[in-house]
Amino acid sequence: MNRTVSRLWCMARNAIGLLCLCTLAAQPAVQALDVSGYLAAQGRYFAHAPLDARQRYLGASVAAQAEFYHEFAEARQSVLFTPFVRLDSADPRRTHFDVRELMWQYLGEEFEVRAGIGKVFWGVAESQHLVDIINQSDLIENIDGEDKLGQAMLSASLTREWGTVDLFLLPGFRQRTFPGTQGRLRTTPRVDVGQTLYESGAGNKHLDVAVRWSHSFGAIDLALSHFRGTSRDPNLNLGRTSLGETVLVPFYAQINQTGLELQYTYEEWLWKLEAIRRSGKRNTFFGVTGGFEYTITGVADTPADVGLIAEYLYDSRGERGASGFQKDVLAGLRLTLNDENSTEFLAGVVTDLDDGSHLLSVEASRRVGVDLKLTLEARAFADITSRASIYSLRRDDFVQLELAWFF
Amino acid sequence: MRSWLLPLLLILPLHEALAQSAEEKGLALAVEMDKRDTGWKDQQGAMTMLLRNRQGQETSRKIRTRALEVHGDGDKSMTIFDSPRDVKGTAFLSHTHAQEADDQWLFLPALKRVKRISSANKSGPFVGSEFAYEDLTSQEVDKYTYKWLREEQLAGKKVAVIERYPSYKNSGYTRQMVWVNLQVLQAQRVDFYDRKDALLKTLEITEFRQYDGGFWRSHKMSMTNHQTGKSTTLTWAQYKFGVGLGVNDFTRSALKRVR
Repeated sequence: MNRTVSRLWCMARNAIGLLCLCTLAAQPAVQALDVSGYLAAQGRYFAHAPLDARQRYLGASVAAQAEFYHEFAEARQSVLFTPFVRLDSADPRRTHFDVRELMWQYLGEEFEVRAGIGKVFWGVAESQHLVDIINQSDLIENIDGEDKLGQAMLSASLTREWGTVDLFLLPGFRQRTFPGTQGRLRTTPRVDVGQTLYESGAGNKHLDVAVRWSHSFGAIDLALSHFRGTSRDPNLNLGRTSLGETVLVPFYAQINQTGLELQYTYEEWLWKLEAIRRSGKRNTFFGVTGGFEYTITGVADTPADVGLIAEYLYDSRGERGASGFQKDVLAGLRLTLNDENSTEFLAGVVTDLDDGSHLLSVEASRRVGVDLKLTLEARAFADITSRASIYSLRRDDFVQLELAWFF
Repeated sequence: MRSWLLPLLLILPLHEALAQSAEEKGLALAVEMDKRDTGWKDQQGAMTMLLRNRQGQETSRKIRTRALEVHGDGDKSMTIFDSPRDVKGTAFLSHTHAQEADDQWLFLPALKRVKRISSANKSGPFVGSEFAYEDLTSQEVDKYTYKWLREEQLAGKKVAVIERYPSYKNSGYTRQMVWVNLQVLQAQRVDFYDRKDALLKTLEITEFRQYDGGFWRSHKMSMTNHQTGKSTTLTWAQYKFGVGLGVNDFTRSALKRVR
């Protein structure tokens, strides 16, 4: 843990030095630094006794994220720095620091160049982000995988009438974060990130590359991508610590992944499809997420909208798949009040068609006063059989409340 | 020949005007309004949006807009949120079309996600305000059919009163009554009638200023909802024209990096 932090800090320090040099070299016109961010307090309550007596019932934590932005050279260039930190009462592993972004950007007429640490999102679906591969998941933040660790990159984008091409060079692999011994929402046995293994002889220093083409054809948004390098999804294999404790050891394979993203937007309908083909030394598999979101506007003569979401998730690896979504269906409901406090509500059930297990999820948020936002999150795991990939989470139903202050 | 033709040419426009139906006269005014506001190429603006509920409680938003004029199709625009702070950096890209549905994308800064959204929700409120999406998008001539009603005085200004009927799908209105200021050739007041043809909202547009190139812009727009008692006022700062925005500033890539 300490080594990770010091390595990160070292990386950050080097990048800051580089950025300062770039800034000086460009002789910028002095402009104001734009600072914003949030400070959030979070409480988690777990409904059932843990599987492992070392795990906790309650969790309280605080998190902060700031964003420093400065642009110069007539806004052709900019630097962005976004540090994030969380302090957690229950799980020392969840107490962590990350540089989400530390990026220099240059804008040309039809191209952009970026260097530093950044975050890139690919995809169209709601239930899972199959194609999204540039950044590692900060899984300890949230099991939905939407929180990401900053990824070092050199990237260029070119936009022409035939679409946009993004190229990425990705040095410095980031391991997925996993809850520690005391943390909930983890596998049993726990994951020991200290013993992580890599297929590549270069370990976490393998240089990964990615390319993506995207374009809009009227009502259709299409993207094709290819990634070659270290898989962001580890295989978890049984192992032992030096003290003889059984643990899961992450193994990161070398893969080639081709991705497709497609969305067709027709009136109230959004039709979505994501598909991947991933090949490595050991196996080749396909994954698909496809479905729709249908929105009913102005429900019952109010300004509210109701969205109905359905997606099918398929993974040709079956239960062995790391995603846990091998033949599943998501049914979801989104309620947007369209009021002045931006009240939103999203509920969903993912059902495993093979074993009948359910993952229930509720998210609700609303602005309070001027700068505060209250977010409720609850998840429950129902009808979990011993065959289910989320078997380890069967006692981890929880409710989480967060109050964030934005500045 | 020539001596015959000249008087004919002089009479023809007048004769035509007399023979024009109310529909043709309304359309002619809309075309004239559109023509007067053509040639601005690109523009930038910034506004404060003040929302007031029935009890008089107020909340505000700060929003910046950029727009690009497109000939032969609808305009392109970008809307960027500076406040409330929890949505700071959220941006909305719109490619409007006269006939087909508009193309719209939303950028969510927390996830760095660009989301294509449905433009079917025309009648929904824009960020909880009394303005619907359809009130704020580019007002292309072909989006309505028209009917001329009369000329009169409104707040000391000579105005033409026309009715227009949305010809696009999913509008929340059966009709809009528009008071067109004949000096600036822009709407000075609009009454919106809901799907049941009851008076829903009134928009009052004031503080017109003329910019280089002869373009008029209003700096205050107040929308009052008669059915809920809520209101929203947009106060615009100085507009900037010809800032050098191009097609590449209105793409999905531009949406991702917008500030």
